[in-house]
Amino acid sequence: MTTNIKTGAEIIWESLLRLGVRTVFGYPGGAILPAYDAMTRYDIHHVLVRHEQGATHMADGYARAGGGVGVAIATSGPGATNMVTGIATAMMDSSPIVCITGQVGSKLIGSDAFQETDITGITLPITKHNYLVTRAEDICRAIREAFHIAASGRPGPVLIDITKDAQQTSCKFDWDAAAPQIPARRPDLAPAAGDYAQALELIHSARRPLILAGHGVILSGAMQEVRAFAEKANIPIAMTLLGIGCFPASHRLNLGMMGMHGEAWVNNAIQESDLLLAFGMRFDDRVTGDLKKYAQSAKKIHVEIDPAEINKVVKADVALIGDLRGVLHKLIPKIEPAEHGDWLDYIQKLKGEVSVRDIQNLPDDGHLYAAHVIHDLWRETHGSAVVVTDVGQHQMWEAQYYHHEEPRSLITSGGLGTMGFALPAAIGAKFARPDAEVWVVVGDGGFQMTMAEMATIVQEKIDIKIAIINNGYLGMVRQWQEFFYDRRYASTPLLNPDFVKLAEAFGIRGMAVTERGQVIPSVREARAHSGPVLINFQVEQEDSVYPMVPAGGALHAMIRRPSVLVETAADA
Amino acid sequence: MLNTIVVHVENKPGVLNRVASLCRRRAFNIESLSVGHTERPEVSRMTIVVELPEGIAARLVANLYKLVNVLEVADITSAAAVSRSLAMIKVNAPPDSRPYLLQLVQVFRARVVDLTSESLIVEATGNEEKIDGLVEVLRPFGILEMARTGCVAMLRGRPRAAAGAPALDSETAGEEEISYSV
Repeated sequence: MTTNIKTGAEIIWESLLRLGVRTVFGYPGGAILPAYDAMTRYDIHHVLVRHEQGATHMADGYARAGGGVGVAIATSGPGATNMVTGIATAMMDSSPIVCITGQVGSKLIGSDAFQETDITGITLPITKHNYLVTRAEDICRAIREAFHIAASGRPGPVLIDITKDAQQTSCKFDWDAAAPQIPARRPDLAPAAGDYAQALELIHSARRPLILAGHGVILSGAMQEVRAFAEKANIPIAMTLLGIGCFPASHRLNLGMMGMHGEAWVNNAIQESDLLLAFGMRFDDRVTGDLKKYAQSAKKIHVEIDPAEINKVVKADVALIGDLRGVLHKLIPKIEPAEHGDWLDYIQKLKGEVSVRDIQNLPDDGHLYAAHVIHDLWRETHGSAVVVTDVGQHQMWEAQYYHHEEPRSLITSGGLGTMGFALPAAIGAKFARPDAEVWVVVGDGGFQMTMAEMATIVQEKIDIKIAIINNGYLGMVRQWQEFFYDRRYASTPLLNPDFVKLAEAFGIRGMAVTERGQVIPSVREARAHSGPVLINFQVEQEDSVYPMVPAGGALHAMIRRPSVLVETAADA
Repeated sequence: MLNTIVVHVENKPGVLNRVASLCRRRAFNIESLSVGHTERPEVSRMTIVVELPEGIAARLVANLYKLVNVLEVADITSAAAVSRSLAMIKVNAPPDSRPYLLQLVQVFRARVVDLTSESLIVEATGNEEKIDGLVEVLRPFGILEMARTGCVAMLRGRPRAAAGAPALDSETAGEEEISYSV
């Protein structure tokens, strides 16, 4: 048993170290100063960010890329409130992060003291749980519990608000006595035997089954199981945006992304299937379109760790509540091999019809399309980079044209759709996987929201490549204005800085690309350069992402590209 | 329909706020919520009466279980349960109508707990329907003020295993380890 006297500040670092933390992302300030002062005595690397939102996205990117828990630190008041967007992002995408904030002295709480804010109150609906710690004695347990809560079950963010006096006072540090005391949970989570039997019956009688794979596959670590299941029963797989990478893009059963900007063959297959196997996904409105017209002839089996997701949006015929990996372990031995030849042939036919019109197969008209950039980037990186995308058109093009083979190789803000996510999240990803080739694919709008983190890249001497898909617009909003607001481009044109000069001002190598022929050479040059590079790809201004299911529209009623120039991704 | 949900929670600061915040956030419309001590000092008990569309109660229960401080949730809407709330009703009571008022109070097995020359306070305990009935018969006399607690409810018969007791998962979960922190 370890027993000795430490300050609360020391207990913070001691606890983090014992939990395996080696890197934290943060920004100092008055109420967290005792912790920062103690930090120098511990072997933990602190990444100084340029804005606390960046710290939370970095922790998030760290967690998503590496599978561990990301840690972000900030001071009270504005430091803490700047974290809110990053916390909400992590909450929506079930990303395990722990945020530690300083708080004013416990005697000052409630007095509107300088830089006081009720951050536990503010983050109540956007954290899995949060703590206000006012005594040094309680710090260790709060941190241990926070890590357990963040990473277990359906992961999510946990915030610990620690008063300045709790950091300053000393107490007996007893790691063993501070084991988490989280109440035992409900007993009815595991599926009953009858549920399995019912699921098997549906699976065996289905003629047009389809797996919908979501983020839960990756969070559960069920990639092998999903693959074994799909191969044994010959069931094709469609992925949500956050599910991308959970199944190899090159696999014969992979269909690609579903939903609002999903491939036409995927959405049509969903609409025509007779059994949907939802694995760790939650039927987001961006995935289903009009619920009344969603997969009407399909039975639904929902495998999900969070009981609150069952029947929330789509009524499940069978719900198997639990960790996907465990559930599949029980199912796979009982699955009878099947062919589903007609169904797979039919989907192949849908796929073929689309791919003949793909942009990659059309003659070069002299314009640079984002799809070209992404396609070339994919080819040049052999599909093996960790790509971190922002939110908007480029995000959808990346999902369509970069073919991911590995889990945790696409990192993107799905549920909250947080612009400004990519650059800081990529920094976090690089710290989680220093040997990975990390590319940021970002729009010119979102990049400007958090571009100050370029300074963090340089200060930390890390190697990240940045591809700005620059169309001079807030492209996705412009696309909606084009389709649904009669081309009234209210506040979507952007007057941008010179990104190349900007990068160079930060000490990052800058390049500019305006033609298709320059894409591959620039990517090669960037990859050959040891150090961060920013490439500004000046792409077609008014290109749109197709196909598109208008919000609230039926999934099969997609807007298709009017010209023959660009359709959608093919098997390349 | 009105659902009655009994929630055992850890007796810690801020837990009421978490439950209330959850209901607000998920648009569950609370009809009444009462909270108080239980037979164990570390556990508080809430009775939430909530207006829910058919089939939504299970989602509220599942969401409540996601709160770390929640120990046990039971939807007792259709179970055999005793449910009570308390009301204090201050009624206009001039001398001429007073005898009749007192008779009514007796019929409802309510009590008069304060009496002045012009008014009296009736205290009544019972299920919501009984109190609603009392309010209706008192209304013609002129209700000056009313305070009602939310309802508290309890299942009839022998209690189940105590909330928060770790014994629950041993039989049902088998060898499968499931973290309940969702």
